[in-house]
Amino acid sequence: MATLHIKGVSKQFGSLIANDNISLSVSGGEVVALLGENGAGKTTLMNILFGHYVPDGGSIEIDGKELPHGSTDAAIKAGVGMVHQHFTLAENMTVLDNIMLGTESLYSLTSKVSTARKKLIALAAQYDLEIHPDAIVGKLSVGERQRVEILKVLYRGAKILILDEPTAVLTPDQTSQLFDNLRHMVATGMSVIFISHKLHEIMAISDRVAILRHGKMVGEVVTKDTDKNRLAELMVGHKVTRPKAGKVKSGGPVIQMKNLYLDDILKDINLTVSEKQIVAIAGVAGNGQRELADVLSGTRQWSSGELLIDDQLISTADPREFLAKGFGRIPEDRHHTGTIGEMSVWENLVSENLRQPPLWKFGRIIDFKACRQRAAELVKQFDIRCKSMEVQTRLLSGGNMQKLILARTLSASPKFILASQPVRGLDEGAIAFVHEQLLDARQAGAGILLISEDLDEIFAVADKVAVMYHGQLTEPVEVRKTSISQIGSMMGGDLDAVA
Amino acid sequence: MQLEPRENISMLRVISAPILAIAAAFIFCSGLIMWTGESVFAAYGHLFKGGFGSRFAISETLNRATPLIFTGLAAAVAFRAKFWNIGAEGQLYFGALAATILGTGAITMPAALMIPFLFLVGALAGGLALLGPVILKTTLKVDEVVTTLLLNFIILLFVNYLLEGPLKDPMSMGWPQAAAIIDQGVLPALLPRTRLHIGFLLALSAAFIVWALMRYTIWGYEIRAVGANVNAARFAGISIRKTVILVAMLSGGLAGMAGITETAGTKGYLTLDLSPGFGYAGIAVAMLANLHPLGVIASAIFLAGIYVGADSMSRAINIPTYIADVLVALSVLSVLVSLLFVQYRVRWK
Repeated sequence: MATLHIKGVSKQFGSLIANDNISLSVSGGEVVALLGENGAGKTTLMNILFGHYVPDGGSIEIDGKELPHGSTDAAIKAGVGMVHQHFTLAENMTVLDNIMLGTESLYSLTSKVSTARKKLIALAAQYDLEIHPDAIVGKLSVGERQRVEILKVLYRGAKILILDEPTAVLTPDQTSQLFDNLRHMVATGMSVIFISHKLHEIMAISDRVAILRHGKMVGEVVTKDTDKNRLAELMVGHKVTRPKAGKVKSGGPVIQMKNLYLDDILKDINLTVSEKQIVAIAGVAGNGQRELADVLSGTRQWSSGELLIDDQLISTADPREFLAKGFGRIPEDRHHTGTIGEMSVWENLVSENLRQPPLWKFGRIIDFKACRQRAAELVKQFDIRCKSMEVQTRLLSGGNMQKLILARTLSASPKFILASQPVRGLDEGAIAFVHEQLLDARQAGAGILLISEDLDEIFAVADKVAVMYHGQLTEPVEVRKTSISQIGSMMGGDLDAVA
Repeated sequence: MQLEPRENISMLRVISAPILAIAAAFIFCSGLIMWTGESVFAAYGHLFKGGFGSRFAISETLNRATPLIFTGLAAAVAFRAKFWNIGAEGQLYFGALAATILGTGAITMPAALMIPFLFLVGALAGGLALLGPVILKTTLKVDEVVTTLLLNFIILLFVNYLLEGPLKDPMSMGWPQAAAIIDQGVLPALLPRTRLHIGFLLALSAAFIVWALMRYTIWGYEIRAVGANVNAARFAGISIRKTVILVAMLSGGLAGMAGITETAGTKGYLTLDLSPGFGYAGIAVAMLANLHPLGVIASAIFLAGIYVGADSMSRAINIPTYIADVLVALSVLSVLVSLLFVQYRVRWK
């Protein structure tokens, strides 16, 4: 049984106060959820606990002993184990190799493989984490890899387990499996800190919830005494209402894909998106959604099959031609694809239509006045918060960057909009804004394809939903006629789950 | 120690950082001078007098700066788009070769036409020298650093062959040099009794034209966009292939023009020692200017001053001219470090 006391920890990055005098206690045998929006300071706090960052003030005690600042070694020795959001495994090595990696001295001439193997098998049996020690990690499923990560931490003797957004890559089935494992561990006296912004998961797994907002601890509640709405309010700071999709009668087809293939990544994709309709594609990351988004953005050439917009056949991937034909694209990655960080806000706002007449004169000279005027209108209309239009776009927050991309995309009144993970990493206010804008665009006549891993999002705004699994796409079904659990099991590969 | 990005970058800091960096380079270098046993002040005194201390010194420095402005612009334009053209040296010789083939009697025009004509063919030849590497890059993704760098040696050996054979001037008394550019093509002197010629003014105007192109035109926007984030540029509908080819032609063309200022200006004819590495020095010029076309003017003059001054310093006191290379290298390094401090603030923890 280990007890952890975080006492008055503060951390500042430049002008941003990431953690402001935060205190938190966790004792053995309980799951404490750390809830907060993106940028609330959850990960910073855990990185301080784990010794990645040195705090500006405060202290951390484990079992009454103070932990030295900035030492990952000391944290591990004291029994802290961290499972990162992004896995840190060597894919070309076996499970056993990965787990032993870094536990043996570099100067030791022998390696105690057989002892390690016994210890691993014992641990796996003790916590019911089934795994084959000699399997190559690259060949494991995402759920299995996460098990390896957890075993890696347990192997090092962790008594306090930190899980940073552990369910982001899991299907609903895998998530409940993980929760079973966690309950098992807690029963043996371990403590778990569970970082998440998904309320229903927090309600399901935690004993207590600590809520962070803008770097401050704003509340600590016992899970069974609260509910989702109350938690959401604490997290955001005010009452939240996400927009709901009303019923709109859809029109004729805008986009049609017929027998579309891309190497062996996309297999026989058939999909139609109609006017005034939002079709969602659900699926666990890495099943071909990104490639489908690339094809529909005009940045990747498909191998065979037909792509039609308004019954007009498109043969080659060319972003400019796609834009001219009425495609609007909201890319998955705001920083690497959506915006050019080193260029100014106004330059990014006009990047897709710079070659259209009002923005240039005398052939190829940019009309700065027209560009700035256009950008100023969009900044105002879409409420993009920036010091000025001249600042570099990389300095914007995620939400404002997404507003910039929405502004650029929607101002061209596209017939078809591809929205790839449009709310990933955004706070509640920005999520509501993005959904409102998409629903407005639908109302105005656009056909929208929404690619998302978040089933709550899909069931809130989409009209139809299809599931992508191993490069194949199921027939879309009406959202009203299906359920989250049904789509969830299809995401896990049970494609016949549809009624 | 931690680096944190600055949100507001003040103009004062942008301008003072490189100046302080260069001062630091001089301080570092004084250690080497003390090692030789000479006085640091005397050495730097001779260096500045030799580079900027008289009408003659200034004319020599500006004359040396002329090809450096062109090759510096060539590197600045290319590097802005993250197209790593290391082949300005070869492109310079290709420009000089074109001037020799067409400007030594094959075509005769009045000077007002002949000079622009020579610059045009020089630019075309320089661009042509980059055509192979850029096509290999856009079609087969062959790394341009390798192709442009290796092409330098191929072009230099080719010029060597031509100067020993077909292009050898029969009047050269056996020296490997080509015939002189005809009188109509020779760049007129700017100052009487110096080597400074109108090529310097053309270099200045080239810098302004490149600056305006990068800042005010759609091409400049696209070049900057491709350099800053090639994925986002492609996504926004900018043709990466066209932009890279445009950049290559601009860069090669500018380097080719450096060949013209040397064959038709400073030297008057093509030789194998036409360029003491102007193409490579252009990279240092561009880095020192942080790839800004107008900054290239200042940094080219600075570099030229150091090289010219170092010659006269080594004649006056017992310090080898290599000190100039050390100074230039240290300046580039310290300017690069100083740019880090412009973008980031350091916090000690």
